[in-house]
Amino acid sequence: MDVDAETMTLDRLPLGTGGAIVGVCWDKLDERDARRLRELGVDEGVLVEKLHKGPFGADPIACRIGRMTVALRSIQASAILVGARTVR
Amino acid sequence: MTPTPLIALAGNPNAGKSALFNALTGARQKVGNYPGVTVERKSGRMALDDGRPLELLDLPGTYSLTPSSPDEAVTHDVLLGKQPGERLPSALLVVIDATNLDNHLRFALQLIELGLPTVVALNMVDMAERDGLKIDADRLAAELGVPVIPTVAVRRKGIDELKAALGSLAATQAAHPVSEPSGDHDALIVLQRRARAIAAAATTEENFRLRWTHRADAVALHPVIGPILLATILFVMFQAVFAWSAAPADAIDSGFVALQGLVTDRMADGFVRSLIVEGLIAGVGAVIVFLPQILILFLFILLLEASGYMVRAAFIMDQLMARVGLSGRAFIPLLSSFACAIPGIMATRTIDDPKDRLTTILIAPLMTCSARLPVYAVIIGAFIPERTVGPGVGLQGLVLFCLYIAGIAGAMLAAFILRRTVTKGPPPGFLMEMPRYQMPIVRDVLLGLWQRAIIFLRRAGTIIAATTAVLWLLVSYPKPPADYAQPAIDYSVAGRIAGALEPVFAPVGFNRDMALALIPAMAAREVAVSALATVYAVDAEDEAAQEQSLVERLQGRWSLPTALAFLAWFVFAPQCVSTIAVVRRETNSWKWTGFMLAYLFGLAYIAAGATYWSALALGL
Repeated sequence: MDVDAETMTLDRLPLGTGGAIVGVCWDKLDERDARRLRELGVDEGVLVEKLHKGPFGADPIACRIGRMTVALRSIQASAILVGARTVR
Repeated sequence: MTPTPLIALAGNPNAGKSALFNALTGARQKVGNYPGVTVERKSGRMALDDGRPLELLDLPGTYSLTPSSPDEAVTHDVLLGKQPGERLPSALLVVIDATNLDNHLRFALQLIELGLPTVVALNMVDMAERDGLKIDADRLAAELGVPVIPTVAVRRKGIDELKAALGSLAATQAAHPVSEPSGDHDALIVLQRRARAIAAAATTEENFRLRWTHRADAVALHPVIGPILLATILFVMFQAVFAWSAAPADAIDSGFVALQGLVTDRMADGFVRSLIVEGLIAGVGAVIVFLPQILILFLFILLLEASGYMVRAAFIMDQLMARVGLSGRAFIPLLSSFACAIPGIMATRTIDDPKDRLTTILIAPLMTCSARLPVYAVIIGAFIPERTVGPGVGLQGLVLFCLYIAGIAGAMLAAFILRRTVTKGPPPGFLMEMPRYQMPIVRDVLLGLWQRAIIFLRRAGTIIAATTAVLWLLVSYPKPPADYAQPAIDYSVAGRIAGALEPVFAPVGFNRDMALALIPAMAAREVAVSALATVYAVDAEDEAAQEQSLVERLQGRWSLPTALAFLAWFVFAPQCVSTIAVVRRETNSWKWTGFMLAYLFGLAYIAAGATYWSALALGL
């Protein structure tokens, strides 16, 4: 997999781009959110792609995580570190 | 005699569990509640090919066995044999979505570790193939150590094989020790990685892409088209409730009129005939007429849920909800509350944040539930002229739309204030899976509608019939002496109670009959209509008056400001004993229940008064 040297948090990733999760700052999240994100498949090595954002403001965002689409807020996305590479 | 083997059906949300449950059990289902919690208990019977019966228990869809929400707690307790009143299942049927193996396998692994005899249904294999995934079921079975049956529940594919596998499991009858699963975070990660390894080993991937869902989301979640689409869907839904229901409602109405005629002809005049014709048939009929409208509303809700659009609606609404301190997650229970606040309030249990959840429960009764429709429909039918105000937009429909908007606006205002005062807390998060779009299955939607119709008719046959009969007695007795100058109803028990209540309601423009109708309507809102029907049926003195419909009678007796005030009252008033009971159960607090009653009745009184006096001032 050709991962750029550059990494970025998921909230700052431009729409339509993605990459593999290289790290998750579990400590930044409250316990409930952390557990839910784990249950929804967030883990190192999983591919993510930022797909959509809500119509009224920056939140929420819809991301592909592994094989499912998940809606989340930027605050949660900011704990997910992505090895940025462009996915058309 | 050994009891019927109990098979528990478990899996992630969106694994197609309900479709599989329906395919296995058909319409032989029982929906109830676990004692003490509002988690629905859904069970059904199925027969194996050799005729042996099995009982299938559909557990709530959850992501793990960590008992942190009521749904998860029930799943956890049932599978460990700790749920009071439920026997330990003799086997487990785990449903996993073939297109989302990584995630669903994690929960499946956790379930298999419990040690119950287990079969895995690898569901939606057709979708997986469409998305470019090929899954080796035998390899999966070898890795998991349990039988894996590929299925397509919606097309009933693999159902026979699944039955055969369940049959051989049910025969084993071994009492396996059930072990408590480890729910800590590291254990979760270990399971997750094992699941991913197994999924990778069993899957051949070619160009995976959720083509359909991605294309649909490009429209449904578009920043401009998305909100317009949502508004259009909601507007069509509410117009349809009125437009599509006219013909069947008329048919039901004439049916009841014919029934009244039939009973009047066959029976001798007297107490029993009056009770049946004026009390029961008039009262119950006035409510059953609204069955078509209620079913149309439920049809839309069921379709929105089954298609996967509901979560998209929540996504679009999230930031608007956030402005009043709620999350998009609250949108789903609130939209369900348009059909009925009870399933709506029960659906709030998917909201993690306790303050978010409490606020949603407190405002859910402000969503215009289907029981208000009979009230709105009668008043609108009587006082709002039937004309169009634009292409395809009727004035009556528009007024109805405004009543819905009034409820929503009231709810948002209430949430805004509550979140800044009594339910103050950090802003809730928004984290949810957006399931793949799916064509709703006609059979499953019809089954859902059928269950709703039965619940409604049972209510009409019990609560509504009983309150109507009691009201009829109170309205009819005691009979006034021959020289009584006022209407007979003033002399009756009900007339005297209403007379005492009238001064309370007079300032907001309500007359005696309305005060009278509000009392039995505490049981259920739609009783207001049957109550008015009963009051005016008893009150009608001559033959000509007897033949008037409720709408005609109202037109003669109520002024427009009074009618509008009555509508405004019903936008806010929490007149439903079942809702109050559910709020008590879900909040587990009389304090919050009392608070909700006080603030809603207060709002209703103010709204009715404001409507009445502004309508008078405008000269309506």
